[in-house]
Amino acid sequence: MAKGVKPRVKVPKTAAAGETITIKTLISHKMESGRRKDADGNFIPRSIINRFVVDFNDQNVIDVTLEPAISTNPYFQFDAVVPEAGEFKFTWYDDDGSVYETSKKIKIA
Amino acid sequence: MELKTLLTSVAIVGFSAGLVSAQADVTLAVEGEVISTSASAPAFAENLDTVYSGWLFRKLETRSLQMDDFDNPAFVFVDKGIDLFEKVDGTEGKACASCHEDVEDFVGLRPAMPRVEDGTLVTMENLVNECRTERMGAEPWKYSGGQMTAMTALIGLQSRGMSINVAVDGDAAPFFERGKDLYYQRVGQLDMSCSNCHEDNYGVMIRADHLSQGQINGFPAYRLKNAKLNSAHARFKGCMKNIRATPYKEGGDEFKALELYLAARGNGLSVETPSVRN
Repeated sequence: MAKGVKPRVKVPKTAAAGETITIKTLISHKMESGRRKDADGNFIPRSIINRFVVDFNDQNVIDVTLEPAISTNPYFQFDAVVPEAGEFKFTWYDDDGSVYETSKKIKIA
Repeated sequence: MELKTLLTSVAIVGFSAGLVSAQADVTLAVEGEVISTSASAPAFAENLDTVYSGWLFRKLETRSLQMDDFDNPAFVFVDKGIDLFEKVDGTEGKACASCHEDVEDFVGLRPAMPRVEDGTLVTMENLVNECRTERMGAEPWKYSGGQMTAMTALIGLQSRGMSINVAVDGDAAPFFERGKDLYYQRVGQLDMSCSNCHEDNYGVMIRADHLSQGQINGFPAYRLKNAKLNSAHARFKGCMKNIRATPYKEGGDEFKALELYLAARGNGLSVETPSVRN
């Protein structure tokens, strides 16, 4: 598991039914591209987050493929429509097989 | 002659336009809490009427990053600081949290730093390393290293919004005078002092950069150019390299004295730690 990985998510606590809300996510990750060399001239192995998925009440919201050119601490901001109260589930997939998860509940005001 | 007059007037317009954009009526609200970004200058800064936070001199995009703690990239490092605060290190088997139960106990420390203790000028970094070496039995951290800036940012954050109030009299007076001398001392191949840019010319562009007053109320600051937290001393070093001078040592007497003088020039401004700059 890569060191110092910590997911962060910002979702409003409440929303009106059918309202479009903005979600911000950030995961601290070094996103080693695999193209850099160390002091001895050897390639540093690639280690990135390769997939990011958000589900709302088991329904997919976004599914992103990440590539090596994406820089440190990938940040995503997107809009989602909230039809009902429920839970957003965020999942990041690491090259080394680790999976980082977090979730946020949202109420209907 | 006519051309020269014309050029001069253009220069004057350019100068005042720069100032206006720097001093436009904008408010810094971090997470909805308004933080003042200007104050009347302290009496000893005889060439300034008002002191302005560096935040006012940045572009709108950069300014807005600082207004939301989620958007502010410095908080990635503040989170690291929280982990470090809990982490046991050294021969005594202690973490910061073993003595200082809650990091919130440090409310009010940042606005008073640097300060004089027993005849020596100490910065926040000195205090952290003193704890590490004397009470934790751990290795001191590098002065401007990642762990140190994460910790100083976390401690500084507790006092965000409070007015800077650094003591300049009494024991601090000799250090203050030393810092003042350094501020006005021309150095380097370009033969420039701090005041040439940050006092005489703040608000104008130096190439693509908008010169600020060089206030340090937001340090450690996240800089977009190197994507990490920067200590005030690291920033001083950068300035000195720009004027092709040999930088003083980070954590050395010169920079500590300069930090005291600069912090005092910002007396009345609010703590913005951790700020976002370019």
